[in-house]
This record gives sequence, C-alpha cells and structure tokens, in this order.
Amino acid sequence: MENNLKKVDIIFEVDDKCTPLEVLDKTLKRSADDIILDLIDSGLKGRGGAGFPTGLKWKFTRNESGDVKYVICNADEGEPGTFKDREILDRVPEKIFAGMTICGYVIGAKEGYIYLRGEYNFLLKNLLKKLEDFNNALKKRNIDFRIYFKSGSGAYVCGEESALFESMEGKRGEPRNKPPYPTVAGYNSKPTVINNVETLVYTTMICHMGPEKFKALGTSDSRGSKVFSVSGDTPIPGIYELELGMPLHEFVNEFGDGDTKAVQVGGASGHCVPRKKFNDTIIGFEGIPTGGSMMIFNSSRSMYNVLHDYLEFFTEESCGQCTPCRVGCQQLLKGIEAVKRGERPPAYLDDLKKLTGTMKIAAKCGLGQSVGNPFNSIIDNFREEIIY
Amino acid sequence: MLTTEALVKELVEKNGRTRNSLMPVLQGIVQQEHFLSEEALLCVARELDLAAADVYGTASFYTFLDTVPRGKNIIRVCKTITCHMKGKDEIINTLSNALKIKVGETTHDKKFTLLTANCLGWCHKGPVMLINDEVYPELTPQKALEIVEEYAKSTH
Repeated sequence: MENNLKKVDIIFEVDDKCTPLEVLDKTLKRSADDIILDLIDSGLKGRGGAGFPTGLKWKFTRNESGDVKYVICNADEGEPGTFKDREILDRVPEKIFAGMTICGYVIGAKEGYIYLRGEYNFLLKNLLKKLEDFNNALKKRNIDFRIYFKSGSGAYVCGEESALFESMEGKRGEPRNKPPYPTVAGYNSKPTVINNVETLVYTTMICHMGPEKFKALGTSDSRGSKVFSVSGDTPIPGIYELELGMPLHEFVNEFGDGDTKAVQVGGASGHCVPRKKFNDTIIGFEGIPTGGSMMIFNSSRSMYNVLHDYLEFFTEESCGQCTPCRVGCQQLLKGIEAVKRGERPPAYLDDLKKLTGTMKIAAKCGLGQSVGNPFNSIIDNFREEIIY
Repeated sequence: MLTTEALVKELVEKNGRTRNSLMPVLQGIVQQEHFLSEEALLCVARELDLAAADVYGTASFYTFLDTVPRGKNIIRVCKTITCHMKGKDEIINTLSNALKIKVGETTHDKKFTLLTANCLGWCHKGPVMLINDEVYPELTPQKALEIVEEYAKSTH
C-alpha cells in the first residue's frame, strides 16, 4: 500500500542562519496585533491535547486589563505514552524560551514560568544554564521579561492547567471550577497564557517561517505538523514530527510491527482503535485528536491488561476532589476485575459504560471526563478479552 | 549537616515567605532529609504562618513529597503499560530480591527504598527506573542490578 505519511522537520531543525534570539529580535519589531493575526492565520491549535486556538488564547489575554500577567509553559507531561516534551526541552529549549518571550511581549507580561514535572528534574542542570544565558540575552536587549523554573512533585493531574496554578501557588494540585478561564484569572488570579511546550516552540517557528508554510501542512481542520511519541510494539519507537490529518493505516504501515491489532491514540486518556478501523480513522481534530501519544499493541497483547493498567493509573492519579472521578475510577477498575473473575455478568460492562457517561458529564476536569475514552473503546472493540 | 529547623529557615530565606514558596521549601527538605518529618512540617507551618494541617494536606498530595521515612536512594520503577510490556516485573523482582525488600519498603541500613512510579516519560525506552533524580532507561535485570550496586558502593 502506498504511504503518503509526511515527515517534517520544523521543531528540531538546526538552522544555523536563524537562532531563536534572532527570531525574537525580528518578531519584537512587529506589532502585537500582527503577531496574533499570524498565529490565528496559521491555524495553530494547542499541542497539549485540548486543541484551543493559540492565537485566540493570546488575544483574549492581551485584551484583559491589569498590570500583572503571566506566561506559563506547561511542561508537566505525564500522560502514559507521551514523551515528546522531554525531547523538546532537552534538544531545543531556546525555542521554548523565545516563544514564551514573544507571548510575554504580545500579552504584556513580565514573568514567565516553566512548570517542569518532578520526574524530569534530571534535565534541570542543563536547562538552568541555558535559561541563564537566555535571560542575560534578554537583559542585554533591554527586554523586560524573565523566565523561571518551577518543579512539580509527581502528580499527573497538575498537567491540568488550573491544577498547575494551584500547585505553583503552594497548594494541593486540585483543578479549579471554570470559568473563570486562565486568560482572565490564572496564576495568582491574574490573566495568564498557559501553553504546552510544543505549542510554544511552534509559535517561535511560525514567527520565523510565516504562517503560510505552517498552514500548508495538515488538513483544513488540523493545520500544521506535530510531534508524535511512538511506543509499544514497534520496531522503531521514538519521536517523530509528522503532518496532522494522516489516516491511521498509513501510520501503522510505517510504525507497526506487521501484527498490530490496536493503536491507543492520545495516551491513556485517548481512544483505542482496533485494526478494522485503521482505514477510516484520521489522526487530527476531525478524527481522533491527540497530544502526540501513539501506543501500538500487537496480537499477543491482552487488552484486559492494557485497560487494567490505564484504570490503575487513573485511580492513583485522580486528585480525589470530585466524587465522580474519585469513586468512578475505582468502580471501573473493580468492575472489570469482578467481570474477569466471573463475579459479575458480562452485561455489567454496560452498566460501567453508563458510569463513564456520568463521569464525562459530572467530573470536574479532563482527567475524570476522559477515562471513558479508553474504557468504552476497549470494551466495545475487545469485549471478549475483558470477559474471558 | 543542618538541623531540620535550620534547614527550614535557610530554605525559607532562599525561597521567600509567601504561600507560593511552599512547594520549593518542601522539595528542598525532601532533597536533604529524604522525607518530611512531623518536625519539618511543623517548622514549615510556623515559618510560613500556615496551619500545620494545611502544610500536611499539600505535602501528602504529591508522590515525591514523602511523609514517611525513605532511604537515602529512592528507586522508582515505571509501571505503566509500555514498561510493563518490556518487562518491568522482572526488574522489580530482581531489585526486590537483591535488596530483600518489597515495593514500598526501605532496606534496614536505610540506603534504598523501592517504589513504583506512574509513567516516567520514557515509553520508547522501557523498562526504566529513576534513582533519586537520575534516570536509567532500557534496563535489563542485570543492568538494573549493576546500577544499584554502584549506588550501594558510593553510599556510606
């Protein structure tokens, strides 16, 4: 089968003629409104998974009044199957710093923070050195913006933006009620732009190459490229920057092991796609959106074990604040164990599916709301593996 | 080595007295003392003018802010699905047998604690473990043993 899968090289491109600082110098000569227009025109949507248009987020925050605003880089990557941000932080941190600085200029912020997950503390030594150089370069240019690091302490839910603010403010990382949204009241209750690591790098690169080149990649619903982290049963696990909007069968042709039975798209909170649906599944906002995680399973894997592992993860990482998520995760886990042991009839799985519906409506944040994605897609497509 | 009280004071001086500095202060204590003792939590509460229950409530929320005594070296083996597929159980069993402790326990000489972790972000290079802040991907049981032996030698 012919493969049209397009590999691109924007984020990790080494272009000696253009450093992130030069992009910054060039960009800060332009008006904030022009930069926002370019970002909106490029079609860039947040690369953390939720997919909110980046240009609009910046615009809303810029339009808020107030002297104090913040730029926050969400580097609390903790979704099983996702490791792209670590690679970006390690290889091209200056592109992240530049994106944050451009954002600071656009919205009128003087401080930026990178919230780095505790599991990535080993990156800090190198990052702090590079950040010091970058902050010094900003000082030299009389740019009134400084970037700082904050370390997380091992809580998956802190990747949720409002939980991340709570954590930065020295509290339990429990998600807040929304609205107000971060653009109105984020860190320290001030207007805040919070973007994923990858999103910020793309803002730098769009400022460098112009929106047209970015927009030319992908589909009308999913503009541009993104970084995928490929793991599981594949001969070539790793990080790949690919065009969005590819059919899943092309992805499997490239990365599968010939015996691929399912791909979990979007990490533990994403959807599990069985082989029979590879042909008509699009990876992008018009199909299955993803923060970048692609976990490949071949026919020797037990999908019961896969689902059990995901549910254990969510049970342990639920912040416990809202009952639908705290109790829901536990009941789903106990439920599939009971069906497996024969203590509950197979039809009980349908009751559990109803529970995920309740969680989707009633849970406070994306963690509890999205547990139904892996649960329902695995139950629907691999029901017999859960029962027997 | 500083007393707990002196350590807390030093960390508060460095990070500031606002609520926002609570996490870096707690992280600093864990780095030095490997866990947050009752004394340390009370000291932080006093220094930052917070209720002790509030400080404990925050500390107990985070996996890396231990409130029970831990060993000098904390080993965290990633247990999520891709590491599971690549043999994390073998790694855990090997370490557990070598150190003569179960997951969650600390060796008698207080040199090692063995824990599991929820996704360390190395799904393409599993199985993986974190010892303190150092990461060790693509483990085999033999490799894991050798790494831990190195730590045993260098920890006095």
